[in-house]
Amino acid sequence: MAHSGISVLFEGTNFMRLLGGLWVTVKIAAVALIFGIILGIILGVLRTFKNRPLRVVLRLYLEFFRVVPTVVLLFLFYYILPRQMNFNLPADQLATLVFVLWVGAEMSDIVRGALISVPRHQIESGKAIGLNRFQLYRYVLIPQSLTLEIPATINLATRVIKTTSILLLISVMDVINIGQQIIEANNHTYPTGVFWVYGLIFLFYFLIDYPLSWWAKRLEKRRLEKANG
Amino acid sequence: MADKVLEVAHLEKFYGKKHVLHDINFSVDQGEVVTLLGPSGSGKSTLIRCLNGLETYQKGTITFEGQKIVPTEKNWQQLRQKIGMVFQSYDLFPNLTVMDNILLGPTKVQKQDKQAARQEAERLLASVELSDYANAYPRELSGGQAQRVAIVRALALHPDFMLFDEVTASLDPEMVRGVLNIIEGLADQDNMTMIVVTHEMNFAKQIADRVLFLQDGEILEQTSSKQFFSNPQTSRAKEFLDSMDF
Amino acid sequence: MSWAIIQQSLPMFGKGFELTLWLSFVGIIGSIVVGLICSLVQYFRVPVFRQIASVYVEISRNTPLLIQLFFLYYAFPVLGIKFGAQLCGIIGLIFLGGSYMAEGFTGGFNGVSKSQVESGKAIGLSRWQLARYVVFPQGFSLSVPAMAANVIFLIKETSIFTVIAIPELTNTALDLIGMYYRSNEYLFVLVIAYAIILVPLSIILTLLEKRVRYGTFGN
Repeated sequence: MAHSGISVLFEGTNFMRLLGGLWVTVKIAAVALIFGIILGIILGVLRTFKNRPLRVVLRLYLEFFRVVPTVVLLFLFYYILPRQMNFNLPADQLATLVFVLWVGAEMSDIVRGALISVPRHQIESGKAIGLNRFQLYRYVLIPQSLTLEIPATINLATRVIKTTSILLLISVMDVINIGQQIIEANNHTYPTGVFWVYGLIFLFYFLIDYPLSWWAKRLEKRRLEKANG
Repeated sequence: MADKVLEVAHLEKFYGKKHVLHDINFSVDQGEVVTLLGPSGSGKSTLIRCLNGLETYQKGTITFEGQKIVPTEKNWQQLRQKIGMVFQSYDLFPNLTVMDNILLGPTKVQKQDKQAARQEAERLLASVELSDYANAYPRELSGGQAQRVAIVRALALHPDFMLFDEVTASLDPEMVRGVLNIIEGLADQDNMTMIVVTHEMNFAKQIADRVLFLQDGEILEQTSSKQFFSNPQTSRAKEFLDSMDF
Repeated sequence: MSWAIIQQSLPMFGKGFELTLWLSFVGIIGSIVVGLICSLVQYFRVPVFRQIASVYVEISRNTPLLIQLFFLYYAFPVLGIKFGAQLCGIIGLIFLGGSYMAEGFTGGFNGVSKSQVESGKAIGLSRWQLARYVVFPQGFSLSVPAMAANVIFLIKETSIFTVIAIPELTNTALDLIGMYYRSNEYLFVLVIAYAIILVPLSIILTLLEKRVRYGTFGN
């Protein structure tokens, strides 16, 4: 019966276990974002340099991570690292690695796009007062590109959090995996438990992502208002 | 006394708490050319935009051709066919050809006969020496040409009254003259009633019957063009004229 | 890496390829329809429908497709609503894609500059005429890059369908790996298959972005 199904959430330690799974999810997303963003900033700056081979290599890296679906990326690393390179990582660390590389690729494009959108005359004015390349990035380009980058980066964060849902596929003990275990263990006592468990997980994701995307939208709106006067 | 086409009484406008127009009072007679002068940020553009319903105002009345305007979007939409407006940014619609830009108002808004409207558009285009560009897209035009088309687009509705908001401010210097000539022609030959916001002092001096001098959202001086340029009454107007190089 | 194994697997991958394309196609068309309706309802500020659309967009954009699919596939039957796996996949993809498309269209409409709208008003266009002759033609071309990005995104999202065992490309590869333990070959074919679909689209997207920029702002 539907009305009793909700109690499955509060049976024993179920709710705490789900929160624990959510913590695993959030931790992987957070670590991946921190390292991925750092990687992406470095790669993005490199992609604005004139060195052509470097730009081509970084562009190929980006396109690879863009074209291949994240699920497939996950399996590529899951199967190929241990079997070909004899490099064994626990599933959660492996997933984090894949996410870092993926975030790095996406972030590099955000950073590059923002940097090249700074008007040319800004660069020329900077050069005219004798700034070297590092100073040009440090004082002119990066500060001016931030208003473009920040909303895009927050949106990337919401995507990363949503994409953690696929961790289940390589058996990471994330919130969905634990949810499935709870559903299976309680299938007989609470046949409608599935509705409530998935409902709660749905709500978890929404509660994390909604404030983030709201924030990104607000920043973006402000940026546009400023840009258009 | 000529007929008053437009009368503005006790107009006040606020942006939030900022008081941008203070108790504006003036009128425009049939066939008269009024220029709004004043330093940047004095409220000239805001005022002229109020006269076409593009800005709301909080107090006061605008009376057009003897009728007090009830400022709803619907009423303004009707009025805009009689009060034409041309902007600084010469915004032609990039998705339409020059001809379609011009025909949009007459055929869709006024439901004029297509053939007649096209003939009229061709005549107007010829008058601004752009007949060859009827089928061009706006991006193929120079700024000056685009602005001339924008004027034609407004005239195609046969307005009784024209508003020009800094129409030469974003043009290259060599394009300015051509656009100003058209406006002068409208004033002299067609006897069009108009309000012109401009920074071109020589042009203002030449075309204006009367000058409204604005500063900080107030009309400080309201006088004949001759008087304003030869003998301004307020010290601020004097300073303003001295600061303008003409 | 063995070519023989790759060759043997090609017929199965062929079927997966077709299914991926078909599900993507239906999902994308559906998403465009839903997105268009939502964005129009929001543009014209249709009461009630507009609020419904914005609640839907927020829910859809801020939850993962995988959970949306689990809900449809495992939780709905408890309420007596049952769909086959493929139908679930399509409904899920449209539910997800509709909001992305809606945001794309809305972004395009909002991207039409204020001065264009004012010029339209200045020649007396009504709200509907303004939309018909100024905002929509320009807004749609402004939204083309976002639309193309969404198309690529949605095609990639079909890989998630593997969790409800729809035999599309990813599922086909995982099945084969499970059966024959040859991960290199099958993953290789899988990546190539996605590349065949997505690389041309990605190139078209880059070109479109350049063109739209030109079309709107001139040289």
